[in-house]
Amino acid sequence: MKSIAALFPLLLIPLSASAVEIFACEPEWAALVQELAGDKATITVATSAFQDPHRLQAKPSLIAAIRSADMVICTGADLEIGWLPLLLRRAGNPGIQPGNPGNFMAADYVRKLEIPKLVDRSQGDIHPQGNPHIHLDPRNIRRISIALARRLIDLDPANAAYYETRQADFQSRWNEAIDAWEQRAEALAGLRLVSNHRSFSYFAAWLDIDIVATLEPKPGIPASGAQLAALLEQLSPNPPVAVIRTPYANEKPSRWLSARLEIPELTLPYTVNGANNVTDLYALFDESITMLQELLQ
Amino acid sequence: MKIKSVVALLIIAGAYAPALYADDLAAEVDALRALLFETRQNYEKRISDLEARLARTEQIASSARRDASEAFEIAEQTAIDQTSGAAAANTFNPSAGAVLFGRYANVDQTWEEIPGFLPAGEIGTGESGFSLGEAEINLKANVDDRFFGNLTFALADESGEVEVELEEAWVQSTGLPAGLGATGGRFFSAAGYLNQSHRHTDDFADRPLPYQAFFGGQYRVDGVQVRWIAPTPLLLELGGELNWGGGFPATGNAESSPGAHTLFAKIGGDVGASNSWQAGLAWLSADVIESGDTATFSGDSDMTIFDVVWKWAPNGNSASRNFKIQGEYFRRDETGIFDGIAYDGEQTGWYLQSVWQFAPRWRVGVRHDAVNADNGPLLAGTELEDPGRRSSRDSLMLDWSPSEFSRLRLQYTNDQVLSATDQQWFLQYIMSIGAHGAHAF
Repeated sequence: MKSIAALFPLLLIPLSASAVEIFACEPEWAALVQELAGDKATITVATSAFQDPHRLQAKPSLIAAIRSADMVICTGADLEIGWLPLLLRRAGNPGIQPGNPGNFMAADYVRKLEIPKLVDRSQGDIHPQGNPHIHLDPRNIRRISIALARRLIDLDPANAAYYETRQADFQSRWNEAIDAWEQRAEALAGLRLVSNHRSFSYFAAWLDIDIVATLEPKPGIPASGAQLAALLEQLSPNPPVAVIRTPYANEKPSRWLSARLEIPELTLPYTVNGANNVTDLYALFDESITMLQELLQ
Repeated sequence: MKIKSVVALLIIAGAYAPALYADDLAAEVDALRALLFETRQNYEKRISDLEARLARTEQIASSARRDASEAFEIAEQTAIDQTSGAAAANTFNPSAGAVLFGRYANVDQTWEEIPGFLPAGEIGTGESGFSLGEAEINLKANVDDRFFGNLTFALADESGEVEVELEEAWVQSTGLPAGLGATGGRFFSAAGYLNQSHRHTDDFADRPLPYQAFFGGQYRVDGVQVRWIAPTPLLLELGGELNWGGGFPATGNAESSPGAHTLFAKIGGDVGASNSWQAGLAWLSADVIESGDTATFSGDSDMTIFDVVWKWAPNGNSASRNFKIQGEYFRRDETGIFDGIAYDGEQTGWYLQSVWQFAPRWRVGVRHDAVNADNGPLLAGTELEDPGRRSSRDSLMLDWSPSEFSRLRLQYTNDQVLSATDQQWFLQYIMSIGAHGAHAF
């Protein structure tokens, strides 16, 4: 459990008085800021890979943390709609309010998938701006890194050259990594999977993986017994290769379906620190691809 | 002879000639070889140059392809962005939501007042049978870059007539620095843990007895609030409120000076990844003028409220399973004149409740709530005569939430507010439409 405890560095000791204090809503953005800002930033992460980023509460520790932040970096696209607006209003911190340089919403810089045609709650807890789980397409990470570096320069112009160099360096390494991942993952094209929630849509779209169904009948709505039974019947004639889920998703429906279909049940890391060896963004994609490749052997 | 000699000469010459040219030829072959070698080397270099150029070109082409596809995607996104936003007057509409309540109750012994306590507004068990609760309508949005505004009103049916109640109407600063916040208007006081939350987020079908007895369900302030968050890793928040409103408990006092003021402090934090907690302390002091229906109270009312809440969820992930326990303690000292009698009374109240979400849609809860009045022997025979006993209840609830926006609840209450015990059942629905609700701690 020691490793899990280490995943919640909610309040790090500032490295220096001049460090930019960053409040990251999710671990992927904390990791990206770390790549670009190095030791020029002190980072607080609001959630871990084991927490549903949509279902969090505006708890006291987060109010205390966001009060002193120079910048919040979150997904946006309504992922944090339940708690971030509340935190921002409680913060007493004008620099991080929407529209200010200290407010960075990553989803503003990428193309969203699954934009609902019908914005109606009968369709589940949908996000009018599209699927917010944008970070699992590494090309999105590249785009966001460009915008984020610019934002860091706005906030901390004294270190502009530092951020520029780190971003350029990150981008060239990241491009190489993308080419390598795409080559490694060629065999994954067409792989048929079932997912708990639509958490992997961007990953699947990137590698041409086929998510044939989700366990949730509608986004954010847990499946009932009858709905699971119907899904089992639907999938039985041509079972997918595996059931995948995020570390925070309820394991019960996934296990139930995997046992009935006699296919593996897989917890992909989903974000940084979602598995023991996934300590940065590179490892996140490395490990996710490796785990899926092992299904093919 | 001549012919012979010519032939011989030719033969000699023929034999001699190869010998004569052999050296030249060898040199020529060497030269040719060198030329060939050089040419080959030249070509190899040019080929490898060409290959390198081709590779570079391919690389450029592939990155150009990537750029092009990105450019295409951005263009597409721009097109989507530009067409998906409604460019009409309603673009600036505030986020709007409504909450619908309704319940079926089985109550034999209804009550509207708690023995030993002054009437505190609309409290009590309500009637048996089906009844519509309040329909709550909320509008909220940023006013500009410095203010946030919130309006909540409730529509309730009072014996055939629809009453509109202004629950909240406040503006709040968003532009103050250093952890400062200011709110003005009508708002729910920060005194007590439950007081700031809306009724639809409650875990039971009714508010705990101390809230009903001391706050009339909810303490609203018509005035101002200032709060400050300390720059500490642990949450430490301090604040104060001035209330000019004529509502309970500062009844009748709507003069130029505020009738009630509050001071409050909250601390809170995390323990490991799975636990979060908050504790609060508040002092509420009210200058009361003629509170009550028939007999009235005038004087000073001082209240202390202590609250604590502890929440647990595996790794802090409350989506599937979570547990919380919360309790609050109220104590009020009243000094003044009641019904023409000099009076010095003390009332206390507390509740402790716990809710466990054991499966993604299901929660069970248990609550004990009690209030006790010690008003002294002088008030014997008046409305505030000591009941000589505690009023208390024990409740059990089970609720089911198909989504974040709907909830059905069954509650059983063993009610001992009056001298006789009453077994009560409530079946309740709470549905939210419109804007996504806030997940307050």
